[in-house]
Amino acid sequence: MSKHSLGTVNRLRAPPLIFESGSPERSGFFWPEEKKTDWIPSQFVRDEIAGFPELGELEVLRHFTCLSHLNYSIEGQFYPLGSCTMKYNPKINEVVARLPGLSLLHPLAPTVLIQGALELLYDLERMLVEISGMDHVTLQPAAGAQGELTGLMMIRAYLTAQGNPRKKILVPDTAHGTNPASCSLCGYDVVQIPSNERGIIDVAKVRTVMDEEVAALMITNPNTFGIFEQDIQAIAEVVHHKGGLIYMDGANLNAIMGIAKPGHMGVDALHMNLHKTFSTPHGGGGPGAGPVGVKDILRDFLPIPRISKGSKRYELREDFPLSIGRVRSFLGNFGVLVRAYTYIISLGADGLEETSRMAVLNANYLRKRLEEYYHLPYSEPCMHECVFTDRVQQKLGVHTMDIAKRLLDYGFHPPTIYFPLVVSGAIMIEPTETEDPETLDSFIDAMISIAREAKENATLVNTAPHSTPVQRLDEAGAARRLVLRWGGSKPEGSGQKAER
Amino acid sequence: MRYTPHTASDKEYLLKAIGLNRIEELFSHIPQTLKDQASISLPPGLTEVEVRKKMAALAVRNGTPEDWSLFLGGGIYHHAIPSTVDAVISRAEFATAYTPYQPEVSQGTLQAAYEYQTLICQLTGMEVSNAGLYDGASGTAEAVLMARRIQKRRNRVFVSRALHPQYRLVIATHLKNLEKTEIVEIPFTDAGQMDIEFLSKEMDERAICVVVGYPNFFGAIEDLAPLREACARHGVLLISVTTEALSLALLKPPGFWGVDIAVGEGQSLGLPMSLGGPGYGFFACQKKLVRTMPGRLVGETEDTEGRRGFVLTLATREQHIRREKATSNICTTQTLCTLASTVFMATLGKGGMRRLAEANVARAHETRGRLVKDARLVPTFGAPFFNEFVLNVKGLTKVLSRFESKRIVPGIPLKPWYPELGEGLLICVTEMNEREEIDRLVETFSGNG
Amino acid sequence: MNFPDNLKYSKEHEWVMMVEDAVALIGITEFAQSELGDVVYVELPEVGEKITKDDPFGSVESVKAVSDLFAPVSGTVIEVNDSLPDSPELVNEDSYGDGWMIKVQMSDKEELKDLLTPDEYAEYVERQQEEDDEEDEKDGE
Repeated sequence: MSKHSLGTVNRLRAPPLIFESGSPERSGFFWPEEKKTDWIPSQFVRDEIAGFPELGELEVLRHFTCLSHLNYSIEGQFYPLGSCTMKYNPKINEVVARLPGLSLLHPLAPTVLIQGALELLYDLERMLVEISGMDHVTLQPAAGAQGELTGLMMIRAYLTAQGNPRKKILVPDTAHGTNPASCSLCGYDVVQIPSNERGIIDVAKVRTVMDEEVAALMITNPNTFGIFEQDIQAIAEVVHHKGGLIYMDGANLNAIMGIAKPGHMGVDALHMNLHKTFSTPHGGGGPGAGPVGVKDILRDFLPIPRISKGSKRYELREDFPLSIGRVRSFLGNFGVLVRAYTYIISLGADGLEETSRMAVLNANYLRKRLEEYYHLPYSEPCMHECVFTDRVQQKLGVHTMDIAKRLLDYGFHPPTIYFPLVVSGAIMIEPTETEDPETLDSFIDAMISIAREAKENATLVNTAPHSTPVQRLDEAGAARRLVLRWGGSKPEGSGQKAER
Repeated sequence: MRYTPHTASDKEYLLKAIGLNRIEELFSHIPQTLKDQASISLPPGLTEVEVRKKMAALAVRNGTPEDWSLFLGGGIYHHAIPSTVDAVISRAEFATAYTPYQPEVSQGTLQAAYEYQTLICQLTGMEVSNAGLYDGASGTAEAVLMARRIQKRRNRVFVSRALHPQYRLVIATHLKNLEKTEIVEIPFTDAGQMDIEFLSKEMDERAICVVVGYPNFFGAIEDLAPLREACARHGVLLISVTTEALSLALLKPPGFWGVDIAVGEGQSLGLPMSLGGPGYGFFACQKKLVRTMPGRLVGETEDTEGRRGFVLTLATREQHIRREKATSNICTTQTLCTLASTVFMATLGKGGMRRLAEANVARAHETRGRLVKDARLVPTFGAPFFNEFVLNVKGLTKVLSRFESKRIVPGIPLKPWYPELGEGLLICVTEMNEREEIDRLVETFSGNG
Repeated sequence: MNFPDNLKYSKEHEWVMMVEDAVALIGITEFAQSELGDVVYVELPEVGEKITKDDPFGSVESVKAVSDLFAPVSGTVIEVNDSLPDSPELVNEDSYGDGWMIKVQMSDKEELKDLLTPDEYAEYVERQQEEDDEEDEKDGE
């Protein structure tokens, strides 16, 4: 029974755009004018920035505060987005990340001035090695997708050094879209492997497609159904036997910390999503971090610079001739790494292991309570997330999209929908370990209620949401008209017409 | 346990509903060999008090502008950040929200992103901007990849040697794995700008694009007009890269010069240096190229009741729909960082941006003047500059050793990346360098400190 | 679902209308547009381009998907529907009329024999839909 409502969002109005408010000459920033302003030859100096906002300080704050009221967020609503691991983002991480000694650091300062930072990074690498069971870690990639690209580049470099980079990568049909996209960016063709009737990859299937032109197999474990890929060690053996490597998408690491380590599954490289498993905030779409762990065979190819611990101090070294180079500038999303580090030391080994246990417990509870009302495509045990479909409700004319939109009215962010693509109308639910049973029960009640509404009042569901700040938005119209900026002034010097 | 609220009775309640007795049963299907080796060997968890102490101890071992005088640029800049920025990005509604795939409950994030896109268009003078990429360097690589997609039968990429060395390496790393694309490096002149003569001679119908820093790594302002002309002659795309975004508040924007793709690093607009990340890469181009752009795009639309709203649009370019045919593999980007910049730009506004930029120019030029006159340092280049410049320091290594005891870092030695500029020092002066710091800098160089 | 009598059809859900001796008007069928959803953009070849039977000649984009357009016949493009860039919704509203895409001077009239009649196409669509339903049934046995 739900003990309290999680609240619906009132019918709030969006504030006007910053360009539609304010008044000429207003500014929220006091800084004296310079007396001499002709240092740079005038042919390089622009006119004023046409259309730029002119707002007072309070106006600015009010604008963004009002905008914030239009958002759902973890701290406002339960966010069971499968594959995203929307767990609580601890406040202590925010406090720590804002310490001047951890934020006002210049990356090109002499290393003697950043020893505390380098120690943090060095230790974080060790921690992630321990948690994943791999041998080395690079913290450079800015997100999971960039991590995938980094990992695949290292695999390619390794195979090239062996004489043949090969041409193909095997990717399960349940893979996240970034997996095949990263393959293309790395110059590989994608060969899709279908999942079997249990929702996992068959080692027999892999055996039929594995040959000496396959560079690697990418796998997510547990996969995007939340199901553990039972055959992974056997699969790794088949791939290794023909000289290929295994890349693991570590997005679902939250299910297996202290339960099973990728390094023991035959994985040669994996990325981890610090903005998923390690609690750094999603920020509405980043910043995240996608560190990559590798086995010893790939160590020579790690990106530079690498952090090394000398006898007296930490250094940054670039003398690795086989390194793939750099995927981004400087050392990575340091601010995000600080938060992940803080999280790991806060939890410790015991906390991390309990995290996975509770994540899996919560997901299984949801699955058990909802299977009476929604169709479960696979009967395999699930781990930290479970996938339902709209098969039952479809017959009543209610689809996954409608169910998701109706959940908004109940004050919940919907689960991930229409992914994985392998089942029609997928609803992927990942509660995470930071949710209490009362919240889970509230969500279950809402889902049951919607299942009943689908029977008794389908139109209510089909036309949802009703109580959000805006109703369903015309996405086709957006793509057709393509208005991607506020117009209102001629772009400088280009002689083009304004947008509107 | 921290953050997991489950009491013993909670666990019992959940297990009972599932029909199990012990939590271990949830993992009975995991191979035992894996479970046996899985325990994590790390210290136990800490209390918040212990965490604060430990992190403070790490923090204190780093040098910041609070106790050191830093004259460092090179792609990351120390600027004033109005208190409005943190006030907004600390709001959990922004910080703990997800990517706005459910637009009805993400209008805060989406409208702010639309405002960001507009601000970048205004700042760069371009027609359309995406919602941000990871950083300036990977953004530059994405621009080159985009140019390569557009110029299908061409295979040469021209990159200025005066472009940030890390950015050049990132471009090379991204191109290495794709079908033979040659990178041709364009040298710089004695003035510190791109050698356009060299470029014009080398350029032909095989050229995909030219990548130029604006300003470049030496802080020099490149003359983009002749460069634009040279490119136009062979149908070559021009990509400008701005690592110090604040400079665009004062300099003629890339769009004015007819640049095809304008990219750069946004960190200097409202983000702390943070050891180089997170910042974000801004990415803007002409509208006709929009379907080949990487990254997210936010578009304006209406809801069923005619209310204005914003949505992610043209998602068919992206990985979750196009998969291996996507324009990029990018998924999570740097949204909270672009929000920080949006608040920064909204707070400063038209006038504030200009005043801040001019403060940088004034301080940097005055400092350079004094270093040349009083400390007798020799200017390496003659090109105009924004807030960074290179000076030759005779006996650089020995001179630099004077500064540590003064708690000053006077600049970035160029030798590691430019051996031909062995005694060159890249010095950056921003509005955050106080008069007194600059006095001590000049004194120490003069040998009088 | 409409399957006009005077058209021929391809298995990739394009229709072909002979407007002159060897000149074909080409578009996508009502079934295709209903599968796609609201069309937001159509990428078409330029006038003068040569297209080859069974090869992609462009693409049609909705909010959720992009589909390649496959040439039902070979030839040279002599006209392109220039209303489509501004009004892609014509493909949804009038797929057999104002939503036409390209006009082609055919290089080999024999290729028409490989296309389906309205009845054959209607059957084909029905079979496709049955197969889709079966697949959905199979998910989760």
